[in-house]
Amino acid sequence: MSRSDRTAPAGAARAMPGLGLCLACALALAGSGFGGIARAETGVPGSAQADRLEACVAPTPFMRRRHFELIEHQRDETVRQGIRKTDHSLVGCVDCHVRKDSQGGYVPIDAPGEFCAACHQYVGAVLDCFDCHAALPTED
Amino acid sequence: MGEPTDQPEDRQRRAFLTGAMAGAGAAAAGAVASGVLLQSIAKAAPRDTPVSDQVRYGMLIDTSKCADGCSDCVAACDAENGLDQLRKPEGADDALWDMQRPRWIREVKIKNNSNGRVTTLPMMCQHCEHPPCVDVCPTGASFRRADGIVMVDPHTCIGCRYCMMACPYNARTFIHENVASQSTQTPRGKGVVESCNLCVHRRDQGEATTACQDACEHQAIVFGDLKDPDSAVSKALAKQPSVQIRADLKLNTGVRYTHV
Repeated sequence: MSRSDRTAPAGAARAMPGLGLCLACALALAGSGFGGIARAETGVPGSAQADRLEACVAPTPFMRRRHFELIEHQRDETVRQGIRKTDHSLVGCVDCHVRKDSQGGYVPIDAPGEFCAACHQYVGAVLDCFDCHAALPTED
Repeated sequence: MGEPTDQPEDRQRRAFLTGAMAGAGAAAAGAVASGVLLQSIAKAAPRDTPVSDQVRYGMLIDTSKCADGCSDCVAACDAENGLDQLRKPEGADDALWDMQRPRWIREVKIKNNSNGRVTTLPMMCQHCEHPPCVDVCPTGASFRRADGIVMVDPHTCIGCRYCMMACPYNARTFIHENVASQSTQTPRGKGVVESCNLCVHRRDQGEATTACQDACEHQAIVFGDLKDPDSAVSKALAKQPSVQIRADLKLNTGVRYTHV
């Protein structure tokens, strides 16, 4: 799946994959597609919940270096032991760090330039969590 | 795991944690004031302790109530677990898609050759105590949780499909294609095996039912804890004779059937 497909609303991507690059069509479909999630531009700085908090679940230098250890540990606890606390869960990361675009729709956290992708691109580390996991927050 | 020692950040973290704990304490105090609220919070809270073998989840399916041609449980399962979001690959054969599309429940018709009696029943993972799928898995991805739920860890599954061959119930299914829209509660990726996990996300949120049970208007499905003598499923099992499908294999299944 290409990057442009993944940032399109789910309904639009399924119905007309060829129109993935047509911004006008994507915008028209956005409202009807998937809970009003708009065509991803880039997130507005300061629009993530995390931007309004002082600290993550651990100090920032620790999170930058070793967040994957926390996520992986929580992953095994969740799958094998049913522990669903959100403090080290991937769902928690997404809910807190996902940004909104200028229309107020969420931008997938793995879209180019967004919270996860920006850093992973810079260091050249493959980001494959979102091949299977939702890159958008839980629908309320 | 080593902690960074920079003093200012340590303080910042402590402030953050104590703030969070104070908030939790206040919530607990509010809940204690009202017993009803306390119970509802305890039920809705996500699990924060490991599952234990004090519980064994299972089901009793009354096939005499299961109506021929009804597929409500299958549709509810598909919707609950995002299987209805999967589409036939472009250019794929219709018959092949019908045969191979990912499904956690199948409607099955069985005929007793000695008397010709036909029974309709939903067939899904039987959550064996001795699951053959776990025996054959080369990576340990196929496993049995302490509370009796047999499931696949998609992070370790390599998609070899030995478990699909080993399962006597044809209960496992394979994801052949990439998935366009991911749901938070059922992450899904190409190249791994899946099967019924007794709505494990509901178990871990403290809910009492499965999607198929909720959807069955004939009340053919009773779900619950087999080890609790007061649970609905234990009472139903005590009331009438039930069978395990392929009991000869001695797998001690968690899903039982009556009137087969």
